Amino acid sequence: MNFETTIGLEVHVELKTKSKMFSPSANEFGDTPNMNTNVIDWGYPGVLPSVNKGALEYGMRAALALNATIAKENHFDRKNYFYPDNPKAYQITQFEQPIGHDGWVEVELENGATKKIGIEELHLEEDAGKNTHRGQNSYVDLNRQGTPLIEIVSKPDMASPEEAYQYLETLRQVIQFSGVSDVKMEEGSLRVDANISIRPVGQKEYGTKTELKNINSFNYLRKGLEYEEKRQAQILLSGGTIRQETRGYNENTGETVLQRVKEGSDDYRYFPEPDIPPIHISDDWIAEVRRSIPEMPAARRQRYSKELGLSAADAAVLTQSLEMADFFEATVAAGADAKLAANWLQGEVSAYLNAEKLELAGTALTPTNLATMISLITDGTISSKIAKKVFKEIITKGTEPKQWVEAKGLVQLSDPAKLLPMITEILDNNQQSITDFKNGKDRAIGFLVGQIMKQTHGQANPKVVNQLLIQELKKR
Amino acid sequence: MNFFDNDLTTIHNQLVNHELTSYELTKQTIEALKATDQKIGAFLTLDEENALATAKAIDEKGIDATNLLAGIPIAIKDNIMTKNLRTTAASKILENFTPVYDATVMEKVHANDLVVIGKTNMDEFAMGGSTENSAFKVTKNPWDTTKVPGGSSGGSAAAVSAGMVPFALGSDTGGSIRQPASFTGVVGMKPTYGRISRWGLIAFGSSLDQIGPFSRSVKDNAALLNVLVGEDKRDGTSVGGHEADFTAKLDAGVKGLRIGLPKEYLGAGVQQEVKDAILAAAAKYRELGATVDEVSLPHSKYGVAAYYIISSSEASSNLQRFDGIRYGVRAQDAKNLDDVYVHSRTQGFGPEVKRRIMLGMYSLSAGYYDAYFKKAAQVRTLMRQDFANIFKDHDLILGPVAPTTAYGIGEDVTDPLTMYAGDVLSVPVNLAGLPGLSLPAGFANGLPIGMQLIGKSFDETTLYQAGYAFEQATDFHKQVPTLGGND
Repeated sequence: MNFETTIGLEVHVELKTKSKMFSPSANEFGDTPNMNTNVIDWGYPGVLPSVNKGALEYGMRAALALNATIAKENHFDRKNYFYPDNPKAYQITQFEQPIGHDGWVEVELENGATKKIGIEELHLEEDAGKNTHRGQNSYVDLNRQGTPLIEIVSKPDMASPEEAYQYLETLRQVIQFSGVSDVKMEEGSLRVDANISIRPVGQKEYGTKTELKNINSFNYLRKGLEYEEKRQAQILLSGGTIRQETRGYNENTGETVLQRVKEGSDDYRYFPEPDIPPIHISDDWIAEVRRSIPEMPAARRQRYSKELGLSAADAAVLTQSLEMADFFEATVAAGADAKLAANWLQGEVSAYLNAEKLELAGTALTPTNLATMISLITDGTISSKIAKKVFKEIITKGTEPKQWVEAKGLVQLSDPAKLLPMITEILDNNQQSITDFKNGKDRAIGFLVGQIMKQTHGQANPKVVNQLLIQELKKR
Repeated sequence: MNFFDNDLTTIHNQLVNHELTSYELTKQTIEALKATDQKIGAFLTLDEENALATAKAIDEKGIDATNLLAGIPIAIKDNIMTKNLRTTAASKILENFTPVYDATVMEKVHANDLVVIGKTNMDEFAMGGSTENSAFKVTKNPWDTTKVPGGSSGGSAAAVSAGMVPFALGSDTGGSIRQPASFTGVVGMKPTYGRISRWGLIAFGSSLDQIGPFSRSVKDNAALLNVLVGEDKRDGTSVGGHEADFTAKLDAGVKGLRIGLPKEYLGAGVQQEVKDAILAAAAKYRELGATVDEVSLPHSKYGVAAYYIISSSEASSNLQRFDGIRYGVRAQDAKNLDDVYVHSRTQGFGPEVKRRIMLGMYSLSAGYYDAYFKKAAQVRTLMRQDFANIFKDHDLILGPVAPTTAYGIGEDVTDPLTMYAGDVLSVPVNLAGLPGLSLPAGFANGLPIGMQLIGKSFDETTLYQAGYAFEQATDFHKQVPTLGGND
């Protein structure tokens, strides 16, 4: 029997606003526990939420970037449940009317084809705090309590783990390029839950779904879904039935494991949040937010190919992260050749970032310095060998490259008047090489160039040396 | 100092003319209050030391001659957050709770040099109409100490009624300022929803709650409301831009005012003496030049049901934060997380609070939401419409506050439905978010009868105008209670 797979994803994204969704506390990751909290975040008696307009606009921006329709009349609802990381014992969310609905993203698949994945809805809500357990004690950190979140619910449009992976990657890029979130899974600013079911090909009704939760990486999501596809198929083929349950992914075994069996649905007693008056979003406001949306990755890729002459592959790599794309554009704007800038960013820069486990912002590299260095190479001021030294200096210390190479005497030697006496001397001392050259042994040139480079400590311009050598050899 | 015979202006002039200091006034107030409160039980917490220090500081700064409230004592209902001063909402679950911040109204109280004397008793979490639901004590009606003072702001009403303080703050979710004002013969205002910031008011029914002032006279009440109102960034439901001097039109009289008398407010269940007093008030208004005619609030019969569903639903959610985890009382016998929740709340909440939480949770449950909460919200819309229809050609509405005068302590507690029925005349005002003023309008068997003036949204000025005209033409407000006898 052949099965087809149906996957839907629920993605939570933390918005990088300065303050929290409903309180003026700082919205910062990684601070001392409970440092960024106030009476509102504690769920103290008598406190009231006040809506962060910035968070609302970030939500609108994300919705628009995902091609969703913005709801004109918005209100918040309370979702009631007891838990120590939930100090009010209710979460303020949008249950009845999400701020965005009916969006989509276009996903590029491995075979080059594209597919539109629908987005059911996108709603705003506040994050909960964090519980940790050590020994007999449990600790609550409310720094995260009240962080603005958007939950993006896809339609069940993905037919394979690969499509789910590509959807998630595209979603991550779009959100990041819209400027509303860092979307870092390792910091929890992007979290994903997946629903997966299979059914015999041709069957109309969906099969019973299982939910994959607490996945730590995009890759584990794909692997977990692949495992789940097989597991469900095996159960069905052996005559069993799928149980509706929540499963986790074991990174060591590559298997999914049962976490919780769902019995009916929880009753969160949703009702409209009485402390926040309804919010009307006007067409003008939507237009204003739409204008604030930065260029999306797909549009950038097209522009890089058309206007800057990059290959599709280069454009794709550069637009994987907003930081890289912005850095690339700033480098080009600072005067660098686009192709060379792309090569450096994908080559040396990326290698450095990977080796040091850094992001661009964590280095001293600036677009201007990178552009200056590239132009020093193209105009022959420095050799590519020296460039590696310069690169290390500008990425670790942020030194201005032009002044540095001059001060350090690293400027390439291209002046024939200075090179000719050296060449004459070398040729005088290497009669054998002249003979070899005359006998058609090209290797002799390489040896002679090497001698010059050695004498100039690598500063001689190899191209010029090459030309001069041939010119002089012919004279002998 | 005797707050029965001296109105605010008299005391203010004495303070300005240095015939009296705020310190002396505060000291005398506290001394007299201690004796009186033995009989009444209006206060849960006295803040003697701080009150005297505050008064002294105000004296040193000098009494502001333009501020009628400078150096004047005030009592605060115990569900309003007072920084460094125990705030319990009359619940065991907050018995040990001292807030780290002031409610917005408290900031305004302090900024206007009022002197906070202490915190007053109430029904636990403001749930009740007799103050008998307090976890700590029973407050008695100064007119007859075998009777309740009303509630939930019974402590504040009784404190003003017994002459212990000239002012008090209360809160009104379904009548909790107006009904105790009526039962104890003082003036109480429930302002328009949004008029006063709710920041720092321990939430009961968030879409209904409003803070408001108690006083012995209409004029004093308007003067206090003047400094409490205004938009607050910390309360998204607060509304600004309608600020007015509520005392400005006190002398304008009622000539030409169009007053509606809802027939539903004088129907069955309303005590005869109460009806008579309201009809007499209507006659008085006609005599003073207003027109009074019968109007109808056809959906008011659904008011109590809608009110109890909405307020209990909101309360069930609002009171979940009292979970024994971060503050307040935590059960000592808890062995795990569920125990902390269940035992703390079981031990910390009183029976009426538990009843409302269960009622609210039920109304919000999947499968019941449409039949209860949603239906109640629809009724609410209809009630707003009822009022809007009347206000098309009326300036205000006149009626009783409560169907009866104060009842006996212990009389109603066994049957919550009887007590809920007492709210029939007060809850429609909260459901519609309108302002309501309660003021003395007569007596029956030595117990005060209150009348209610209901106004258009943000038109407290007209309520005070009409209230003042009535007060000046009658002497009900001049009567003083015997404080339970001649002992």
